[in-house]
Amino acid sequence: MRTLYQFNGGIHPPENKEPSTQSGIARAPLPSKLVIPFRQHAGAAAKPMVRAGDRVLKGQLIGMPDGFISSAVHASTSGTIAAIGAQPIAHPSGLPDLCATLIPDGREEWITHAAPSTSLRTGFDYRNSDPAELRQQLRMSGVVGLGGAVFPGDIKLRPGNRKIDTLILNGAECEPYITCDDMLMRERATEIVQGAAMLRFMLEAGEVLIGIEDNKPQAIAAMRQAVTESGLPFEVVVVPTIYPGGSAKQLIRVLTGLEVPSGKLPTDIGVQCFNVATAYSAYRALAHGEPVLSRIITITGNVRRAQNFEVLLGTPVRDLAALGEALPDTDRYLMGGPMMGLPLASTDIPLVKASNCIIAASDKLFPPAPPALPCIRCMRCAEVCPADLQPMDLFWFSQSKEFDKAQRFSLFDCIECGACSYVCPSHIPLVQYFQFAKSEIRAREQDQQAADHARERHEFREYRFEREKQEKAEKLAAREQAAKQAPAPSANPADAMQQKIQAAIARAREQAAASQPKNTENLTAQQRAEIAEIEARRAHIHELAKSAGEHKKE
Amino acid sequence: MLSALLVMAGIAIVLGGVLGFSAVKFRVEGNPLADKIDAILPQTQCGQCGYPGCRPYAEAIAAGEADINRCPPGGEEGIHKLADLLGVEFKPFGGGTVLKPKSVAFIDENLCIGCTLCFQACPVDAIAGAAKQMHTIIASECTGCELCVAPCPVDCISMKPIGENIANWKWKYPVYTLAQAK
Amino acid sequence: MSALFSPFISKPDTVSRIMLRVLLALLPGIALYVWHFGPAILVSIALASLTALGTEALMLKLRNRPVMHFIGDNSALLTGWLLALSIPPLAPWWLVVVGTAFAIAIAKHLYGGLGNNPFNPAMIGYAVLIISFPAQMTHWLTPHGLGPIELGFLEQLKYIFLGALPPNVTLDAVTMATPLDTLKTRLHLDESVGQIFEMPIYGRLAGQGSEMVSLGFLLGGLYLLAARIITWHIPAAFLGTLFTAAGIFHLADPTHYAAPLFHWFSGAAMLGAFFILTDPVTGPTTNKGKLIFAAGAGLLTYLIRAFGSFPDGMAFATLLMNICVPLIVLYTQPPVFGKKEKRP
Repeated sequence: MRTLYQFNGGIHPPENKEPSTQSGIARAPLPSKLVIPFRQHAGAAAKPMVRAGDRVLKGQLIGMPDGFISSAVHASTSGTIAAIGAQPIAHPSGLPDLCATLIPDGREEWITHAAPSTSLRTGFDYRNSDPAELRQQLRMSGVVGLGGAVFPGDIKLRPGNRKIDTLILNGAECEPYITCDDMLMRERATEIVQGAAMLRFMLEAGEVLIGIEDNKPQAIAAMRQAVTESGLPFEVVVVPTIYPGGSAKQLIRVLTGLEVPSGKLPTDIGVQCFNVATAYSAYRALAHGEPVLSRIITITGNVRRAQNFEVLLGTPVRDLAALGEALPDTDRYLMGGPMMGLPLASTDIPLVKASNCIIAASDKLFPPAPPALPCIRCMRCAEVCPADLQPMDLFWFSQSKEFDKAQRFSLFDCIECGACSYVCPSHIPLVQYFQFAKSEIRAREQDQQAADHARERHEFREYRFEREKQEKAEKLAAREQAAKQAPAPSANPADAMQQKIQAAIARAREQAAASQPKNTENLTAQQRAEIAEIEARRAHIHELAKSAGEHKKE
Repeated sequence: MLSALLVMAGIAIVLGGVLGFSAVKFRVEGNPLADKIDAILPQTQCGQCGYPGCRPYAEAIAAGEADINRCPPGGEEGIHKLADLLGVEFKPFGGGTVLKPKSVAFIDENLCIGCTLCFQACPVDAIAGAAKQMHTIIASECTGCELCVAPCPVDCISMKPIGENIANWKWKYPVYTLAQAK
Repeated sequence: MSALFSPFISKPDTVSRIMLRVLLALLPGIALYVWHFGPAILVSIALASLTALGTEALMLKLRNRPVMHFIGDNSALLTGWLLALSIPPLAPWWLVVVGTAFAIAIAKHLYGGLGNNPFNPAMIGYAVLIISFPAQMTHWLTPHGLGPIELGFLEQLKYIFLGALPPNVTLDAVTMATPLDTLKTRLHLDESVGQIFEMPIYGRLAGQGSEMVSLGFLLGGLYLLAARIITWHIPAAFLGTLFTAAGIFHLADPTHYAAPLFHWFSGAAMLGAFFILTDPVTGPTTNKGKLIFAAGAGLLTYLIRAFGSFPDGMAFATLLMNICVPLIVLYTQPPVFGKKEKRP
C-alpha cells in the first residue's frame, strides 16, 4: 500500500455526479453548424489555413500552430468553411475570437493519411520512434491538456534539465457534477493506459501513478484491469475525495508528498502530470493518426437526461443542451463545474477542447448567494485554502488595490479553486478579487516592460544620432580637405527636403504611369473595372499629394 | 560645566566626521531621483510635456522645474505615482488635456510615398522602411506617441486605438452586490 | 439575480447565523446568572440589545449603508450582550445605554463598521464605563441566599430605571464587591488568601454563584468549539497562560496568591476566553498568531488582577492585545504551499 500525503485545506461540496453516470458515453449527432475557434489551447492562436468557401475533410488541418506555445486546429468533420471571423467563444470577457464556421456535408469524409499534404502519420510504433517526431505529431494533432488548462502536450513532453521520476495520470476529477473523465476511464481504460505508456516513453519517466478519487469505484476497477492486462508496471492509486484534490499541484502532493515550489513547474521536481483524457487523445493521435476532433463532455444539472456525450469540437452548446433535454426553467448554462465554471453568454458558444462539462442552471439548482457583507476575518477561507494562503488578507489588498502587498502575500500562488468563496459566510466574491488583482498586476508588468523596452530603443536611437553626427562631421572635414570648391548647399534645409519629396512624388507618378502590370492579359470585364477603379483612386491620391505638397511650399 | 561642553563638542566633531565621511564614501553618481522619475514615466517619448522625451522631463521634475501633471500618456495613475515618489500633492491635468486611448500608428500603404520623414520622427525606431520604399509601423514597438503623424506629407499615418481583445482583456473590479440589497 | 461569478455553490452559512449561534452559546451562562443573581441581568441585556440595534441603525443610516441588510447580521446584538454581561446587573439604565452606544457608534462604526474595527467594541464600552463611572461599576448583586435583603424583580426595575430603593434599604445591603475585588482589597489589609476564602461569598472554586456562571460560559464555549465557530487556539492559550501564571505565583506564595482555578472561574475569564478574545474581527488571523495573542492576554489579565489597580484585567488585556494584532499577524504568516521547507 502506497503512503499517501495530504495537503491543507480543501472542501467537500455535494458531488452530484450520479445523474450523469447512469448511462454510458453516447456519440452526439452531427450538428448543422460547427464553430471552431483558432485558440483552443494556451498560448498563441493557430494561424488559419483555410478560407471561406474551402471544402475541408474530417481531420484536415485548418489552423497551423503559430509560435512555440501553440497547437493545431482541425476540421471536426467534412464540409464547407462558411466563414472565418470573430465569433462569441467561452471566455470570461465575453469578447469574440477568431473562429472558422464549418457547415458539415454529413459525409464525415476523412483525410487520407498517405497523402503528403497531411502532416499526420498513422500507426506509429512509438517504441522505435524518435520522441521529437512523436511530439511533432502531437503538436500537429492538436493534443493539449484536456483537464482544463489546455496547455500544448508537446511542450510538456520536451526533455527538461531534470529526469522525470514520476508520471502522474490525473483521473481525480474533483469538481462536482463533472463525470467525463470518470466515464472515459470506465469505457476506454485500455486506450488511456496505452496513451500513458506513450507519454512515459517520451518523458523517459520512471514510475507511472494513476490517481483516481475514491468516489469512482467503477473507473478504478476498469483502470486496474486495463493496467493488469497491459502488463505495464503502472499503479492505480486511490486518493481521498476532496476538492480541489484534482488540481495538479495538490494531486502531486497527495501522491508523492512533494510540493511544486512556488513559481516552478512540476518537472522541476521530477514529476509530470497529464489528465487521463489527454493520455487518451495522445494514444489516438499516435496510434491512429487521429487529431483531436472531439471530446467527452458531461451535460448535467437542470436536465432530464444527464449523460456524457462524445461531442465534435465546435458544436454549439445549444446542441448539447438539446441532447440533455434541459428543463424549461433553465435560464443559463455553465461551462465547467460549479466551482470554477464559466457562465456562458449564449448557447451559440462552441464547445472546445477545454470544455469538460455543461451544466444547465436555474435559480433552483444554484440559489443566488445572499448579498455580500464585509469580511469579518473569520479565517474559514484560510482553513480551506489548498495553497495555504490567507485569502482574507489577499482580499483586503486586492480590494484596496494594494497590488504590491497582494503580491508579497503570494497572490500568484492562488489557484483560483474557489474553496474560499465557497465557505465565506459573508459571501464575498473572493476569487474575482484575486483574478482582478492578478490581471491588473500582469498588465502593469507588461506596461513596465514595454516602457523599459521603449526607453532602451530611444536611448539607442539617441546614441546612433550622436554617432552619425560625429561620423558626418568627420566625413565633412575629410571632404572639405579634399575639395575646397564644394557647391554651396541649399540655404534652407527644409526647402531642400521639400524639393526632394516633390521629386520623389513625381518619380513615383512616372513609374506608376510607365509600369504595366505583367498579368494583364485575358482579364475579365469585372477585373478590368476593378483595375480602373484602383487607378482612379491612385490618381486622386497623387492629386491630393501634389496639392498638399504645393500647399506646404507656399 | 566645562566637561559637559567638551563632551558635547566631542560628540559634534565625531558625528560631523562620520557625516562627512559618508558623504564622500557613499556618494551616488548621477541623479537617482531623475532615474526614479524616469522609471515611472511611460517612455512614449511623445514630447507632450514640452520636453524632448521622457528623460529630459524626468530631469526637469527632479530639478523642480516642471510640474508632475504634464504627462498625458501616463494618465492620472502616473501622476499619483509621481506624487507618491516626490511626496507632493496629487495635481489633476490642466484644462485641455485629452486622455486618449492607447493607440498605435498605422501607415496607409496605398498612400505612402517613402519619404522617410516619419521614421526620422519616430523616437523608438518603430517604423521600418527605406527611402522611396513603402514604410510600415512595427506595431509591437510603437508607443503611440503620434510624433510621426504630423511630418507625413501625404497624411497617410493615422492612429488606431488598440481595442479590448482576448489578449489584453483584464478582469474587472468585482461589483459588490451590496447595492442590490437596497 | 444569478451569480455572475464562480463558484456557483456555497455553504449555507452566513455571518448572521454565526453570530446567532454565538448568542445561543451565551444562554447557559445567562440562565445560571438569572438562577443565582435574579432576573436583573435580563433587563440589562434587553436594554443593551435595544441600544445596540438602535445605534447600529442610526449609524448605518448616517453612513448611507443599507440598514436592513446590515442590521440582520446580529453583530451589534452580540456586542450589546457581551457588554451587558460585563457590567453589574443592577447598574442604572443609562450606564448600559451609554456604554453600548459608545461601543457601537465610536468603537465600531467610526472605524468603518463591521469587520473594520481594530478594538473589541464591547471591551471599549466596558473600559469607558469603568474609567468614567467607577462607582456605579462596583455595585454587583449579591447572589441568592447571601445578602441580608433581596430585592424583588419589580424593586430591581425600579432601581435600574428610577434609582429608587425600597425604604430602609441601602445599596450596600443588596450589593457587594466582586470576589476578585474583595480578594484584592483584603490582601491589602494583610489577610491571607486562606482567611479571605473563609468568607461566605466564596464557593468551591471562586465566587459563590459567579463560579457557576463561569461554568455556564465554559459550556457555551465548548459548544462553539464543537460547532467549529471558534478554534481551540485562543481559549487554550488564554486559559493555559492564566493557569500557568497563577500557578507559579500560587506555588511560590499560596498565602498571597489565589489558586489558578480561582482565576479561571472568576471575573470575565471564561467569557473572555470563549466569547471576547475569539472575536474574529479584532483578533489575529493566523493560528500561531492566535496562540501568541491569547497567551499575551492571559498573562496581562493575571498581571492586572494580581498587581494592577483594577480588580479584573480582561478588558484591558484584550484591548492591549488588540493593538498588537497587526504586528502579530505580520510575523506569524504561515508558509505558503510550495514555499516552505519539505514536509514529511
